[in-house]
Amino acid sequence: MLKYLSKRLFFAIPTLLIISFALFAILDLAPNDPTSNLPITIPPEVRAEIKTSLGLDKPFHIRYFKWMEQFFINEPLNLIEEITGLEIGDSESRLRVRSWSSHSPVVDSIVERLPQTLWVVGLSYVFGILIALPIGVVSAYKQYSWFDQIGTFVSMVGFSIPTFFTGLVLIVVFSVWLSWLPSTYDTTHDITDLSSLWYQIKQMTMPVLVLAFYNAAQLSRFMRASVLENLNLDYVRTARAKGLRDRAILLKHVLRNSMLPVVTMIALGVPTIFTGAIITEQIFRVNGIGQLLITGINSADIPLVQSLSFLFAVLIVAFNLIADIVYGILDPRIKYE
Amino acid sequence: MRRIVATLLLALPILLLGSCSRETTPEAPDEVEGNENVAVSTLDVDTHLKILYWQGPTTLNPYLSSGTKDIEAASIVLEPLAHHDVDANMVPILATEIPTKENGGLAEDRTSITWHLRQDIVWSDNTPLTATDVVFTWEYCTAEGGGCTAIDSFRYVERVVAIDDHTVRIEFVKPAPYPYGPFVGSVSPILQREQFKDCLGARAKECTDQNFYPIGTGPFRALEFKANDTVQYIANTLYRDEGKPFFQTVVIKGGGNATSAARTVLQTGEFDYAWNLQVEPEILESMRGAGKGEILTGFGSQVERIMVNQTNPDPKLNEEQRSVYMDGKNAHPFLSDINVRRALTLAIDRQILVDVLYGVSGRPTCNVIPLPEKYVSTNNDDCLTQDIEEANRILDEAGWVLGSDGVRAKDGIRLSLVYQTSTNSVRQSTQSLIKDWWQQIGVETELQNFDGGVFFSTDAANPFTLTRFYADVQMYTNSFEGNDPSNYVESWKCGNVPGPHNSWVGSNISRGCSEEVDALLDALSETFDATERVEIIKQLNDKVVQNVWEIPLIHRARVSARANSLKGFELNGWDSEIWSIADWYRE
Amino acid sequence: MKLENLARADLSIQQAREHPSPWMIVWIALKSHKGALVGAGVFSFIVLAVLVGPLFYTVDPQLTDYAVRNQGISWQHPLGTDNIGRDMLAQVLSGGRIALAVGFAAMLLSLFLGTVVGVIAGYYKRLDGPLMRLTDLFLAMPLLPLLLVIILLFRDALRDIFGLEFGIFILIVFVIGITSWMQTARIVRGETLAIKEREFVLAATSVGTSGLHIISTHILPNILSPIMVSATLGVASAIITESALSFLGLGFPSDFPTWGRLLYDGAPWIGIDSTNWLVRVFAPGIAISLTVLSVNYIGDALRDAIDPRVRNK
Repeated sequence: MLKYLSKRLFFAIPTLLIISFALFAILDLAPNDPTSNLPITIPPEVRAEIKTSLGLDKPFHIRYFKWMEQFFINEPLNLIEEITGLEIGDSESRLRVRSWSSHSPVVDSIVERLPQTLWVVGLSYVFGILIALPIGVVSAYKQYSWFDQIGTFVSMVGFSIPTFFTGLVLIVVFSVWLSWLPSTYDTTHDITDLSSLWYQIKQMTMPVLVLAFYNAAQLSRFMRASVLENLNLDYVRTARAKGLRDRAILLKHVLRNSMLPVVTMIALGVPTIFTGAIITEQIFRVNGIGQLLITGINSADIPLVQSLSFLFAVLIVAFNLIADIVYGILDPRIKYE
Repeated sequence: MRRIVATLLLALPILLLGSCSRETTPEAPDEVEGNENVAVSTLDVDTHLKILYWQGPTTLNPYLSSGTKDIEAASIVLEPLAHHDVDANMVPILATEIPTKENGGLAEDRTSITWHLRQDIVWSDNTPLTATDVVFTWEYCTAEGGGCTAIDSFRYVERVVAIDDHTVRIEFVKPAPYPYGPFVGSVSPILQREQFKDCLGARAKECTDQNFYPIGTGPFRALEFKANDTVQYIANTLYRDEGKPFFQTVVIKGGGNATSAARTVLQTGEFDYAWNLQVEPEILESMRGAGKGEILTGFGSQVERIMVNQTNPDPKLNEEQRSVYMDGKNAHPFLSDINVRRALTLAIDRQILVDVLYGVSGRPTCNVIPLPEKYVSTNNDDCLTQDIEEANRILDEAGWVLGSDGVRAKDGIRLSLVYQTSTNSVRQSTQSLIKDWWQQIGVETELQNFDGGVFFSTDAANPFTLTRFYADVQMYTNSFEGNDPSNYVESWKCGNVPGPHNSWVGSNISRGCSEEVDALLDALSETFDATERVEIIKQLNDKVVQNVWEIPLIHRARVSARANSLKGFELNGWDSEIWSIADWYRE
Repeated sequence: MKLENLARADLSIQQAREHPSPWMIVWIALKSHKGALVGAGVFSFIVLAVLVGPLFYTVDPQLTDYAVRNQGISWQHPLGTDNIGRDMLAQVLSGGRIALAVGFAAMLLSLFLGTVVGVIAGYYKRLDGPLMRLTDLFLAMPLLPLLLVIILLFRDALRDIFGLEFGIFILIVFVIGITSWMQTARIVRGETLAIKEREFVLAATSVGTSGLHIISTHILPNILSPIMVSATLGVASAIITESALSFLGLGFPSDFPTWGRLLYDGAPWIGIDSTNWLVRVFAPGIAISLTVLSVNYIGDALRDAIDPRVRNK
């Protein structure tokens, strides 16, 4: 097990390097550029100068190595300095990874935006799971019952109607018609007392609801399929032949076994919490990581998009490993050499 | 073992949430003294102003801006020598008056201009504003490797000198056609030398604190800046006008899109002001029906127009030829025929476009220079009435024969167009309507649209940009900076045609080129008499429109919305919309 | 519950055994499956409507008649008109052709890629690492720049080879397929890993059955249920993704209506008075949901029919 783990970790390094290169190459090839959003009155010659000042005139490999140096050496050093308070080398002149639009360090922007993303997207993920699992189990157990039919209907509609639509419907109903909930998320809001907590709950309700609904729609389908599959297996038959009651079989055996693939799915989905939810964040102006990424992409902010995507890749690789290990622990039949 | 893992899995989200709740407390920025950082929700509603810019500001340094939003957000902190008012007139801000020939500020030969600064201005850190700050601002923007967005304003500036503490003279390399470029308008405000002196050139971008929290002379100063999300401002207690600003705190929030921004002011009343609301008129009208706010419009120089490619964009041509001018040897197969171009513009009903898609935010126009009033030509107004019959007649006469497929052709060349624009629901609807009209005169149209980031890009490797113009016609909005079109008309020079020789950097997008226009432009650069200049500019406008290099469609206004209680201003189409915020008040 | 339902299904399949045509099995499974019958009915109706409908309802979906814009339901315009006077019914009908074609073709491509990658990664230990890291790469890749690069590289080339409409169709299917297979691959891999260790696979391996044979006869039929779920969800997301592509300049020209586009264009009109917003917004939404629902039910029935654990009992 330990050997397997160290082997996987060792291979993660070249993998991530290759990923970072591929990301950089794609971003570099993409046909948009950081001056696209400037007022049209700014002449092309000035745009060319701005691009030069961003270092865009340098060849591809130099820009890539510069990013690597800033991201893998300078940023970690900076982080160590900030935590320990020590000064390592010449920290003044050390170049950090800076966004091309705000010109501030990318890491700072990410830290600034994590709270709202974790609150909204994280909570919706948890709620999504809490809703999906019971629905999936019950609809499989009572396949083709009314409960199952309604569950199927709702989750299919939930999946085929995108979040930009459900979000807008909620805003029109709850903010415009009923004026119960704010349609804009205030990222500067502090929770100091009960009433400010209540406001936080109110402003989170709609985005969390939209995302949880969408997540649950998907997950409950997989849960249902997994339980159904297990209900058809021989061991259920044997257990029934032995005279065990359906409910006992379901809770003791089927549930455990059918949770297996679902748990991996849930683990694999965790990184998506950190990438945020691009559309939902836009609609409710949550301005978290998802919105940071999309504005970065729209303004061809390569350092920002590259760093964010790379951090996302690290999370994906890490959670993949976690999922595999969990899978191995939950299902002893799978062996790791 | 398994149980432990399961517990860990369950605990993970809780841990994550726990860690984030600690992070929600915003840290006060370093340079803000005292305990001013109050939560927005606990502020006094009456003196708190909430503004929504759906594209959130990314910096408060307009010289490093990545879009109009940054320039506007900075305009309530940093101030120029003069601003433009709603009628495009200059109003002195940090200067005592606008220099003219009459008051001796503007040299007779237009080679220099002298501004006198007001004596009573202090920065928000209580140091006086002096001429060295103005000189420094010029140095800052023109420093090597700074990537300053306003550098075009300083194009003809040789140097800026401080005559005394409150007098600056700007000297030009040659007689300046328009001497009011530098330090006028929100694009080139004055920076404080003391704060920015270590931020010259390549270092400009590393000065995050300075760029996010500039010290200004304006009515507000930034309290907390979250790029692309929220800017909180607090009133500048040292602001020159007693009793102003009315508001004690301002917040500019970003995110979402134009429709949702309009909703927050007009329907839910969550915000007092929302910027840039190009939305279908029915939507705005219905939202206004809720009675919470008003829609404001401000006309400037923006004209939505169709550019007509004068070169051949045939995809079969190679990169050295496709849409390249090649000294006139690569003319468009059918758009080089003036009759076809005239028919295209005659077939368009601009009033319908306004009624269906623009509403109060647009008026039909036949000119590419729609304002200020003195530049507006009346020679082209016959385009205001659609005349499909006449268009058909012109094409018949020119020998373009209607085929059995409903498309006209001559000598085997079919009138079949590719019509491209950026992605935007109003533009796509405009495309559909115009396609329909062109079909009625036997012209076939294929529509194309690209994401704005791609279409407005200047990336040399990108073939879908407006400068590459790999289409027969394309549509977008163009305008000019400030209130003077002198620099703008220069784009029609033959020498400004983009192509591989200048890596597609050139502003003559339609690739229209004539000796007449070039001669007029030469004359303009040697004319200093104001009325003569206006005459030449009018003639240039007429040439471009009558040659149908550009088909002007809609004179577009800026559209914003304000809450009913917000008073004290009109929407400015010539400068930052919010620069006059010191006069805004709540009733 | 109703484990006895399964017994009933067993019985009908027992009858099918005597006539072992695979189509027969599918038919019997469908017949005994009320949801699937309704699903198949609705689905056939939708397909028929979008294919044959425009032959009877001959209004041009691109015709802009601004004199009658924002109209509600009427005899001339059964679903009303949009804000520039285009007929909604004509748009929904003609939009369905593209939506269905793109939805299914892209789903099949993504399913194929996902299943191949997933099964190979799960079955062949040596390939597991590289293939799953490839999956990670695709998951981490921000979609938009990738799409922009694809437009840059392939848009004009494909148009030249296949013509405007078919070229764009191929491009869209390719783009959606290549950017949406990762989830399926991960699930399939997980299931393959588990099934590989089951007794019957171990037995088959021990008697020297080839890997390919084991995959096709033992593994694939056993991982059908997650594949079916992926397929249903895949159709829905492909229809929606198509609309996102047309905003980038990657999709069909803007005057080609598709369900995804109609839904997106309709969204800002939610709650706007004196317009045809209810129909405008809900017609494409209902069309997409009904398609996805019916595909889901048909998929359920197909799984029951093919899954050996149901069939071979």
